[in-house]
Amino acid sequence: MAEQTLREWLLTDTPTSRRHAKLSALYQGWLSFRSNTMAMIGLGILVALVLIAVAAPILSPHDPFVQDLGNRLLPLGTEGHVFGTDSLGRDILSRLIYGARITLYIVALVALIAPVVGLLVGTVSGYAGGWIDVVLMRITDIFLAFPRLVLALAFVAALGAGIENAVLAISLTAWPPYARIARAETLTIRSSDYIAAIRLQGAGALRIITRHIWPLCISSLIVRVTLDMAGIILAAAGLGFLGLGAQPPSPEWGAMISEGRRFILDHWWVATMPGLAIFTVSLAFNLLGDGLRDVLDPKAGE
Amino acid sequence: MALTDNKGEGRASLPPWIKTTLLTIGSIAVTMLGLLFITFIIGRVMPIDPVLAIVGERASQSTYDAVFLELGLDKPLIVQFLYYLWDVLHLDFGTSLLNARPVSEDIARVFPATLELATLGIIIGILLGVPLGVVAAVRKGSWIDQIARVLALVGYSMPIFWLGLMGLLIFYGILGWVGGPGRVGIFYVDVVPSVTGLILVDALLDGNWDVFKDAFSHIILPASLLGYFSLAYISRMTRSFMLEQLSAEYVTTARVKGMSEWDVVWKHAFKNIRVQLITVIALSYANLLEGSVLTEIIFSWPGIGSYITTALLSADMNAVLGGTVVVGLIFILLNIFSDLLYRVFDPRAR
Amino acid sequence: MNVFSKLLTSAAIGLAVSVASFAAHAETPDNMLVIAHRIDDVTTIDPAESFEFAGSDISRNVYSRLVNLDPMDLDAGYKPDLAESWEVSEDGRTITFTMREGVTFHSGNPVTAEDAAFSLQRAVILNKTPAFILTQFGFTAENATETIRADGNKLMITTDKKYATSFVLNCLTATIGAVVDKETVMANEVDGDMGNTWLRTNSAGSGPYKLDSWKPNEAVTLSSNPDYYGGAPAMERVIVRHVLESASQRLLLERGDIDIARNLNPEDVAGASEAEGVKIADELKGRLMYLALNQKHPELSKPEVRQAFKHLIDYEGMRDSFLKGQYTIHQNFLPATYLGASDENPFSYDIDKAKELLAAAGVDGLELELGVREAQERIEIAQSFQNAAAQVGITVNITVGTSKQILARYRARELDIYLGAWGPDYPDPQTNAGTFAYNPDNSDEANATGLLAWRNSWDTGGLTEKVAAAVTEGDRDTRVQMYLDIQAQFRETSPFVVMFQQIEQSAMRDDVTNWSTGQAVTSAAYWQVTK
Repeated sequence: MAEQTLREWLLTDTPTSRRHAKLSALYQGWLSFRSNTMAMIGLGILVALVLIAVAAPILSPHDPFVQDLGNRLLPLGTEGHVFGTDSLGRDILSRLIYGARITLYIVALVALIAPVVGLLVGTVSGYAGGWIDVVLMRITDIFLAFPRLVLALAFVAALGAGIENAVLAISLTAWPPYARIARAETLTIRSSDYIAAIRLQGAGALRIITRHIWPLCISSLIVRVTLDMAGIILAAAGLGFLGLGAQPPSPEWGAMISEGRRFILDHWWVATMPGLAIFTVSLAFNLLGDGLRDVLDPKAGE
Repeated sequence: MALTDNKGEGRASLPPWIKTTLLTIGSIAVTMLGLLFITFIIGRVMPIDPVLAIVGERASQSTYDAVFLELGLDKPLIVQFLYYLWDVLHLDFGTSLLNARPVSEDIARVFPATLELATLGIIIGILLGVPLGVVAAVRKGSWIDQIARVLALVGYSMPIFWLGLMGLLIFYGILGWVGGPGRVGIFYVDVVPSVTGLILVDALLDGNWDVFKDAFSHIILPASLLGYFSLAYISRMTRSFMLEQLSAEYVTTARVKGMSEWDVVWKHAFKNIRVQLITVIALSYANLLEGSVLTEIIFSWPGIGSYITTALLSADMNAVLGGTVVVGLIFILLNIFSDLLYRVFDPRAR
Repeated sequence: MNVFSKLLTSAAIGLAVSVASFAAHAETPDNMLVIAHRIDDVTTIDPAESFEFAGSDISRNVYSRLVNLDPMDLDAGYKPDLAESWEVSEDGRTITFTMREGVTFHSGNPVTAEDAAFSLQRAVILNKTPAFILTQFGFTAENATETIRADGNKLMITTDKKYATSFVLNCLTATIGAVVDKETVMANEVDGDMGNTWLRTNSAGSGPYKLDSWKPNEAVTLSSNPDYYGGAPAMERVIVRHVLESASQRLLLERGDIDIARNLNPEDVAGASEAEGVKIADELKGRLMYLALNQKHPELSKPEVRQAFKHLIDYEGMRDSFLKGQYTIHQNFLPATYLGASDENPFSYDIDKAKELLAAAGVDGLELELGVREAQERIEIAQSFQNAAAQVGITVNITVGTSKQILARYRARELDIYLGAWGPDYPDPQTNAGTFAYNPDNSDEANATGLLAWRNSWDTGGLTEKVAAAVTEGDRDTRVQMYLDIQAQFRETSPFVVMFQQIEQSAMRDDVTNWSTGQAVTSAAYWQVTK
């Protein structure tokens, strides 16, 4: 077998070890994902976004915070200000570039918090059953019945405006669906023979949940999270638009739209550019999520 | 339904459907209670002082203290909550702190606005989304399918407040095709008597075509916007439900038997997805009825979403609680409604 | 129109179908005045309680007062309204008004001295927010029936000491001086509330307009009072429609759907003034934009630091950019056009000077929290200041909140810096002097939350006594000089950085004439408007 290339090794039908099998499955998934052009475009945009965010200080032509009242509301394509300037004469392109950091920060935090909370609640509820299940699911229902943006608004209003609180607020509205998914998965897994076998071997509830149930729930959660990312970005932008997200002079995209909408009639680009940025990024997440769903969770897709 | 189910315990207990009903009512009650309690707590921990919200910046301390007592803020939290609950049980939502009117009166004014907008929006969403989804599934991979996919993805990805601003700018500002912000042109305010609170319906009842036309020109843009967002969701779900059906064995059999494609698609496959579809539609409708806060703000639409938001930001907690109760109740009822449909139509769920 | 709009227009022409027929194109009727305005601040329209801008507009047109300001001649000061004439007693404490005969309320009841006495007593007894305007003369719930009394055709009010008569009468032109219909109001009394609950959403006045309806956050509709003693107004119907966005107001105006747009931002004013059939009217208002430094902060309480901050404001840059046309530089606590207002503006944007002053105070590197409410122009002023402060090594963190959130913290003396606006309550210098430069007890326990000086923990350095003296001075010229002196000391020593005074720009259709928003002294009047 010395002639075998890495590719062949990964595509083998007869894996030699558990690790080999895992890697092989991963690679095949990647191959099918790669053939999905739309999803690749989405991935491309997101990779670019991450790079832009990392290299913001190098890429941005101006300091995003420096004001120049004499050169405010410059139009698109002005020398030195490709996307024009805002009401205080700050360079819009530079602000968009720095804003990418905020967007990524929000998305990453929500994507960490909400599914984890959902996973905890869902698996505990599904595994424990009985009154714990009833109570936890009732709480989930209560949160589901809340108007989402209103709940987020109320939360931010209670804790005070700011990015961290916006993240918490969005997570607060985002976790119930994850809990439902995790609970449904847990119910199926719990009654399976192999969990019964493990239980017979004397494994405790904690061990079963963390070592055996969680790993099985994760793939459906990942798909769901990716599909939700766009919604998270839009929710964050909505909060920013209402002035409850990042505080000035932070270049958060939603807040930029909010600042720019005053000039919508004569200086439309001030609100349009951040709008397009939000659109592009959430579109990228949707494309990626669609592709991932096809790969990871074929039965839920087409 | 399950009336023939006699497997119950030996002693003749309540018939199962009564039990189900009681359970459902119980769970609604618990959910509502939780909803109220959370809203109440949020209202009390908010760093906005409701007293200050009423008396304003210049009030003297004695004025302030008088209002503080009037609101019962000196009592313990739980007592305040119980008082509130007692009133709600008597259908008294209290008085709005900010405009001195009964909250129920306010809601009766703002909710029809949202209802009208959401209903027109969901109608647009259904009329366009369902056929689009079906066609996209039947012609999987065709250009129609691609267009449907792009339309849906764009819908999912667009910040609604931005699209609303742009729509207003283009269709009202530049082209002048539609009416501007608000529900009806200024001269038509209060022209027709408010019977249902839905201006379109009221205008028809009154036979006043001018008002109807004007109101329609105002509602069409925001409704289309909301319609587009539900279209995105409905068409995608329709497509995936249809694909599932079309790949089922009975469809192949029907085709082999020589049944026309039209009959296969509409009489068989579509018939089988309608329950799932109704669930999806109910969910979108519920979301629209919650009040699309941002759309309402952009279009100066005096609906329940902007009502709750404004109230929230001014610490008008009676209004927030009242609005939340209404919205939460609608959400829960629509959920139960689609659950019921499932039970009635879907044999597997019985 | 720019390239973008042209492109869109041409691209969209192909789609122009039947939808177009639905669009409303109309000119407002000749006898109707339609105004777009933000009216979401109206919380009550009971004149004894109402204290917001849009609410005062309603009261001004619905209720007559004893003395009033004429929208066509605001400079003249107060003139007789329901009181035909008045006399001041020798000791200067009692004013006796003679009521105008033959005036009726909208209900048809005659307006009597008894109604006027009841209205003032009621405001004092209810003790709502604006009550201080009357109670500062020593009226209390206990003595109201003795100090304010009617006798036939006469109304007598007796103050606790001698005040400048102009001060007392100026206060009576405020909303709280509105005369309500006693019979109607008391018929709607619930649980001894003197009709407060009812009057919050209804009206009982004798003014040129009757209130048809007030729908919160939607619209106020007024119709003319044909029996108004001054003659029925030309505009038979006035609709004030709540439109939040400047852009929306401008579109409505340019399309002819409204007559007047009151909340256009500078960009939209510039845009609208180019539109056909639209004109702009400027009126200097009384609202001041200021920055306040909390004297509890050990560094901010140093005199040099206070002065340094006055050089950290880009007064001209802001006035000429995002505040263009809507604010003028003003560095004194009395708004221009007020009796005794100073027009000296000695401070200019000077980073080096600020650095020098900070160095002299030994301040190096500060981090401060600035609270501001979520209004765009204020947030922008805050950011401009933040930018300037950064250049002298001061980090300013901006906290934006709703007015209620920020205000609560300001009143609790919690913010380092507050950026806000202050509008006078009645057309007398005391209205601002009594809050910016008056603070008899600076302790936390005093809880004098109504006083700006107290909110910033400033003991006023002796100005309190001077303000108290100025308010009782009967001689006009002496009084003016006293206020000029107070303002001079205030400019140099106070922790207030007064920056701008507001100019209200109303954009209106060409055919509207005699529009008045009341300048710095009162609110908008509709009855003199013609089209």
